Amino acid sequence: MTASLASFTNRPHAQCEVCNLVMSVPRGLEAAPLACSRCHAAVHRRKPESLSRTWAFVIAAAICYVPANLYPIMTVTRFGRPESNTILSGVVFLFEHGMWPLALIVFVASVVVPLLKLVGLVGLVVSVQRRSRWRPRDRASLYRAVEAVGRWSMVDIYVVTVLVALVHLGSLASVEAEAGAFFFGAVVVLTLLASQSFDPRLIWDAIEADDG
Amino acid sequence: MPLIGCHECDAVIEEPIVPDGGAAICRRCGGTLFRRHRKTVETTLALMLSAAILFLVANAFPFLAFEIQGQLSQTTLRSGVVSLWQQDQHAVAALVLLTTIVAPGVQIGLLLWVLMPIHLGRRSWGAISAFRWVERLHPWAMMDVFLIGILVALVKLSDMAEIIPGIALWAFALLIPLMASAFAFLDPEIVWRRLEVRR
Repeated sequence: MTASLASFTNRPHAQCEVCNLVMSVPRGLEAAPLACSRCHAAVHRRKPESLSRTWAFVIAAAICYVPANLYPIMTVTRFGRPESNTILSGVVFLFEHGMWPLALIVFVASVVVPLLKLVGLVGLVVSVQRRSRWRPRDRASLYRAVEAVGRWSMVDIYVVTVLVALVHLGSLASVEAEAGAFFFGAVVVLTLLASQSFDPRLIWDAIEADDG
Repeated sequence: MPLIGCHECDAVIEEPIVPDGGAAICRRCGGTLFRRHRKTVETTLALMLSAAILFLVANAFPFLAFEIQGQLSQTTLRSGVVSLWQQDQHAVAALVLLTTIVAPGVQIGLLLWVLMPIHLGRRSWGAISAFRWVERLHPWAMMDVFLIGILVALVKLSDMAEIIPGIALWAFALLIPLMASAFAFLDPEIVWRRLEVRR
């Protein structure tokens, strides 16, 4: 099986990232711009500028991660007393009220997931840049995990959204979104763009080059 | 047998025959090559028609009401976006609007636009770019995450005031498993092939 796989991967082909159609590329045209014959999307053998784009989004997200956790994401006013909430104080609140399953969900979604995404993507990009041959299957699973969990970080933004919509009764009770919400939203969007920019096929290029 | 490729590691193999409902896994990287659903057009279309109705209900009716010391405030699905915008959180408002209303709404609309004519043996105008957009919007549709956010917000408010769930909330809660199963039954390869035939 491995032998037949290698013979196929050495054949010049390009795969459409949008509709997954496999096309054979005539010799000499490997670098020419191609369009998919089935869905008309531009075909790239690898995502363009994958590594530098991923780096750019990861660094921007890491910078935003700091104010996202330090600044309050909302101010809750109850009976005239304003009280600032950060991401972590929100988790503590849920925990103290005995809602530990929800506290765990929010903690994992808002604190652990963005951090794991950043660390995971940096590890993937560095391993590709060093043309590493170390456990490609596990690195491929890591990328799938990063892609799958990223969206759950939005939970805190939605909590603020619902509270802001429901609670606006003046000094009796009101909720205002704060700067932390903006930075936290930026972290979610930037990490999503980072994982979309990374091309997992690059993990396998070092292995193919050595085998071929 | 046609050639298919793994979109995660670029291995190219001859398309294996997979029973209905089964999945093909890449031997090299362990990624899912495809999930075969031979009746994908009909199943996804049926689920999308019900999703469209629930989506309209979720957007048209009251979502949640909140009562504190006799004062009542009522919201719809988009109230949060409006309030964030009024508090000058334009970027956050836009992000919430995109992920909870625009992306899922456009996905439902485009899928109906693509699948309905295929089912009737025709091809709609712009079907190819429409179906491309369904896939492109997928990472940005986050209604399931929104539901968890609603749950957390309700827990935070429960000691402060009385919450009255509206009909839109129930529609929204039903919409999420419906959308999830519609996408689980979607077999893009079959849709692309049926679009290709009617060129």
